[in-house]
Amino acid sequence: MSEPSHFKLDGEDIPCRPGQTVMQAAQAAGRYIPHLCWHPDFAPHGSCKICVVKADGRTVAACTFEARPGMQVENRTPEMDDHRRRLLNMLFVEGNHFCPSCEKSGNCTLQATAYELGMANFHFDHFFPDRPVDASHPDVMLDFNRCIQCELCVRASRDVDGKQIFALAGRGIRSHLIVNSASGRLADSNFAVSDRAASVCPVGVILKKRVGFAIPIGSRRYDAAPISAEAQPSPPPAQGERP
Amino acid sequence: MSKKLKVATVSLAGCFGCHMSFLDIDERILELIERVEFDRSPLTDIKTCGPCDIGLVEGGVCNSENVHVLREFRDHCRTLVAVGACAITGGLPALRNPLDVADILEEVYHSRPGLAKGAMIPNDPELPLPLNQVHPIHEVVKIDYFLPGCPPPADAFWKLLTDLLAGRTPSLRHGLIQYD
Repeated sequence: MSEPSHFKLDGEDIPCRPGQTVMQAAQAAGRYIPHLCWHPDFAPHGSCKICVVKADGRTVAACTFEARPGMQVENRTPEMDDHRRRLLNMLFVEGNHFCPSCEKSGNCTLQATAYELGMANFHFDHFFPDRPVDASHPDVMLDFNRCIQCELCVRASRDVDGKQIFALAGRGIRSHLIVNSASGRLADSNFAVSDRAASVCPVGVILKKRVGFAIPIGSRRYDAAPISAEAQPSPPPAQGERP
Repeated sequence: MSKKLKVATVSLAGCFGCHMSFLDIDERILELIERVEFDRSPLTDIKTCGPCDIGLVEGGVCNSENVHVLREFRDHCRTLVAVGACAITGGLPALRNPLDVADILEEVYHSRPGLAKGAMIPNDPELPLPLNQVHPIHEVVKIDYFLPGCPPPADAFWKLLTDLLAGRTPSLRHGLIQYD
């Protein structure tokens, strides 16, 4: 296998291989590109656009754009982080993200990403939508107020669990998460707490019952260090292994 | 010694938790009081806001009096800061927003079980009228800075105030920006 080529991420050399996206290459090198709908275990979705970067002057999503040798990529520039804050503002005002009462607070990717970007306010007028919760399932509850439509649960249920329990329905501002059962209730689907989809939600929509608030404030995932501190270089692939 | 800066604080549709967290700056309040003088505030019991350098507003806007006070603060404070989750997002009081305010008043004061005989919706003309929804304060007046948290940590108050007193744009590091 040939030596990897490199591209520049905020002026720093990052190795890349053919077929690797900017996000994958940055992640492998232990560099943090803010993201919400991207997850290393699933096919990229490219919908949240929080991973927006400028590649050779073009504004693209790092999770879907292929890294090419010699490319100049701007990531944590004031301009890109401004774009990201505006997108986060919109996600927050569109739903009901009342962090003080949320079980996911402190372990929430949306919240941690907003902290990382120094977002102290929400800029726009809040929508205050009326979205009922679904607590019908014995082990898991769904609080649709916090959905950011990343489709990680859709992908996990379809691609890993083989169940297709979740989907997005509607268009534009009316698009929302639905459950694939005749009644629309989670209890009437074949969802199980052991499903991959039960543990993939980056926000506080899919919540396991009877474990909320178990971790005290101060010990939660993003209390001590920002989300960017979690990015670590991955070990180089073994000889012959597909990277 | 330079002139002391004037600071006003108020709680609108809030629980005074942000004010309590502010007092958690503990002995640093002695250092603060060397450099600022409090105008209208629950700490001074002054009832109207005079010309001030900094206004700290806790709580969202849930009734007509909140709107009046908030506008008074905006008119008199050179720098206005939204303090806490309720001021910034509407917070806990805003959980009533999807409901009809008439239905809420009817249920709470008139129709729910356990009320005294003849209980009715309070209608004293001195009571401020509730708004149909609770709003974050930036939807009503221009806000210069935001201090999130429920409540914001005492260290975040300290950082914000010392930054403002030093003439710097306030910046909060990890751990001082929090939403819960």
